[in-house]
Amino acid sequence: METGTSRVKRGMAEMQKGGVIMDVMNAEQAKIAEAAGATAVMALERVPSDIRAAGGVARMADPTVLEEVMKVVSVPVMAKARIGHIVEARVLEALGADYIDESEVLTPADEVYHIDKREFTVPFVCGAKDIGEALRRINEGASMLRTKGEPGTGNIVEAVRHMRLIKGQIRHIQSLSRDELYAEAKNLGAPFEQLLYIHENGKLPVVNFAAGGVATPSDAALMMELGADGVFVGSGIFKSDNPEKFARAIVEATTHYKDYKLIAEVSKNLGAPMKGIEISKLNAHERMQDRGW
Amino acid sequence: MKIGVLALQGAVAEHIRMIELAGGEGIAVKRTEQLGELDGIILPGGESTTIGKLIRKYGFLEELKQFANEGKAVFGTCAGLIVVADEIIGQDEAHLQLMDMKVSRNAFGRQRESFETDLPVKGISEPVRAVFIRAPLINEVGPEVEVLSTYKDEIVAAKQGNVLATSFHPELTDDFRMHAYFLDMIRATRQ
Repeated sequence: METGTSRVKRGMAEMQKGGVIMDVMNAEQAKIAEAAGATAVMALERVPSDIRAAGGVARMADPTVLEEVMKVVSVPVMAKARIGHIVEARVLEALGADYIDESEVLTPADEVYHIDKREFTVPFVCGAKDIGEALRRINEGASMLRTKGEPGTGNIVEAVRHMRLIKGQIRHIQSLSRDELYAEAKNLGAPFEQLLYIHENGKLPVVNFAAGGVATPSDAALMMELGADGVFVGSGIFKSDNPEKFARAIVEATTHYKDYKLIAEVSKNLGAPMKGIEISKLNAHERMQDRGW
Repeated sequence: MKIGVLALQGAVAEHIRMIELAGGEGIAVKRTEQLGELDGIILPGGESTTIGKLIRKYGFLEELKQFANEGKAVFGTCAGLIVVADEIIGQDEAHLQLMDMKVSRNAFGRQRESFETDLPVKGISEPVRAVFIRAPLINEVGPEVEVLSTYKDEIVAAKQGNVLATSFHPELTDDFRMHAYFLDMIRATRQ
């Protein structure tokens, strides 16, 4: 009997496919998310738009938030640790978090090294803007990836950019001959073996979800259309006018992302989505996607 | 042989791959209208709460019951096992109720307790690699149910007529013998 194998960790992410993972800040929101059909919840003190508004250093949530949420839902519960913060991650593992997000939404604890995720029994999800970053995270042991997008903006443009870029780079890698892969590995700063996998299989070895800026059912469906395996919704649900309706509608649009009549139907009378931010209005230091490398 | 995989949420592509390796044709099923063309259906792993909700939302609850009552084969893995059970411990509502068994969700604990192991399965000659992810358990079975596998004296695979269920995920390995077993089951019920 073996725990924490790569298959067990990646398998957990496979089970999330086609689903929506929702940020929640307390037990009550967690119940709403589960009732709406979330496949997992992310327990945190503040959703990204609040982190943005509050400023200062954003850290791992108070463990009681995670514990409260774990008590009330039967779906997996995820939690965020700062990039490179080994101890926050160990604490979350000790508390029983089902998945750890080494997240750029929090202030990085280390500007050089990410966590060696292979050393953990619980799986990790990490953000990635391009294929080099994606493969470096997988090499460190990430069992799941997500686009970074620009969290807390309610603006899908960056998530789209990242997903398109990764998909395009996968097609490019497939088109190379095997001997060209060595140079490409150097260009991308990614391990050769990971590139070889993509060359042979035409896909990443782990699932890749969309995250960062999903605010409407159509946003979620767009990301699925572009090839996401599922969707993370942060501020988009509990910063909207009607979280219950938004949550249900986003789940349905994700399941049936090619059924445009259905998406139209579930998008009716939802009330106001979260208020968005135009990306060009952000100062360089406010761009969360630039954290991590 | 056409085998559908219920594609509302969960590990769909993996099952389709295994069906094809076992010599069948795999189809992702999102609409009830697709059931008519199928010889059998797999209810994949995923989140049973989510799948249970979407099954009701899109009219699969009655349609799948009818599908099974017509003698067509159903195979539930992990969350799918919960979906076919008659009774879910600690929960008022069961889903399809196709197998006479009581099951409990997340019976092994949280994700850090998830594991893989080699497991003997009745009717398959050598042990299969069984991957348990936040897996459920079969706590009790009725007289019609045949137990196919146990792990530490707990039931983790069973069969009742045309319905097959496993706590573990055969689709996460390269071993397609559980899927081949399912195809054989369909052939046997036809004769």
